[in-house]
Amino acid sequence: MNKNYIITGLVIFVLAVLSPFWFNMITTTQAAPEPELLGNAKTQKKCVLDKYEMRANHMAILDEWRDSVVRDADRMYTAANGHSFNMSLSTGENSCLGCHEDKTKFCDACHTYTSVDPYCWECHTNPKEIK
Amino acid sequence: MMEKSRRSFLKVAGIAAIGLGAAPAMNFAASDSHGTALAVKSKNEAVLSAHRWGMVIDTNKITDEVVENIVAACHKAHNVPDFNHEVDEEKFPNTRPVNHKQEVKWIWEEEFHNSFPDKEDEFLAEKFHNLPFLVTCNHCKNAPCVKACPTQATFKREDGIVLMDFHRCIGCRFCMAACPYGSRSFNFRDPRPFIEETNPNFPTRTKGVVEKCNLCAERLAKGEQPHCVEASEGAIVVGDLEDPESEVRVLLNENYTIRRKQSLGTEPSVYYVM
Repeated sequence: MNKNYIITGLVIFVLAVLSPFWFNMITTTQAAPEPELLGNAKTQKKCVLDKYEMRANHMAILDEWRDSVVRDADRMYTAANGHSFNMSLSTGENSCLGCHEDKTKFCDACHTYTSVDPYCWECHTNPKEIK
Repeated sequence: MMEKSRRSFLKVAGIAAIGLGAAPAMNFAASDSHGTALAVKSKNEAVLSAHRWGMVIDTNKITDEVVENIVAACHKAHNVPDFNHEVDEEKFPNTRPVNHKQEVKWIWEEEFHNSFPDKEDEFLAEKFHNLPFLVTCNHCKNAPCVKACPTQATFKREDGIVLMDFHRCIGCRFCMAACPYGSRSFNFRDPRPFIEETNPNFPTRTKGVVEKCNLCAERLAKGEQPHCVEASEGAIVVGDLEDPESEVRVLLNENYTIRRKQSLGTEPSVYYVM
């Protein structure tokens, strides 16, 4: 007698529980963006660590650099691969942005996709954005 | 039967333990043979260093014009906001009106009786009443701001500079209350709309952090003199207070100098030649 109610209820329940799956199936999902290497970064072909380690650990390195520069006044970083860098996010040619010139396509592309909102740029300035 | 199985169990366990330890040991040996270089952090070769940085300001050489140049040079280079600057409405729409009590300053002009309240003699020489005095962070030896800071955002660097890590500042303003010289300013609002020309070589600050003079740590690191020294036409000298041969020590030896609120025991590192 209550069979129909139970079955409709079950169907609605299953649909609701699986909603993330079918929602993803009917909507188009964006593929994860690849950070684009432009300008200097494209030609230089050298970074602090290799590509995959940078992807995973760049935030830890930035944190380490910050402490080193502010606290110990050590501003030169000679990486394990022998290249040396100016420990700076955005100042000078030998800094992060000095090589990865396009912040929007390099930093923001992934950060936006993964809903990461680092507050670096509340103080640090992108030289390209200053007119 | 019991004994035998126990013995063989221990044998197997021993071999297994060696086996388990072998892989990490092999890896260690393998990585060692490649010679993993470690990253090294170092200073620039041109760096200017000292055991304890200090500053000597010759008040005889400070004129209104020099003061203006020094303040302008410092504030421009460090992106210090000027709240008299007209906001660009296109770039920063809906900026709320300015409260002029909330100024931000790193180095500024002060009258004698405000700079040296404990040295106001009854019949003080007339000239001192009108002289412009430049005041800034004193980079004290016993800095009270450093003791007050609950997050160690303000700290004393090995070379005596009292420095701020803006990343760590939580904006509690204990340091401002602790500083007897009023050398610290709080960012009550986003300073960016009030920076006339942003210097890309130095970050701006954000709302909710305290800021002050950093003795141009970023310039000393490159082997350059601080901005105030460059703009001062010889009125300001910075150097090592602990090196008896240094220029500042020679000046201190040859001239009568005073320091601000010395009786408080903070041991300021800024000296004024009278």
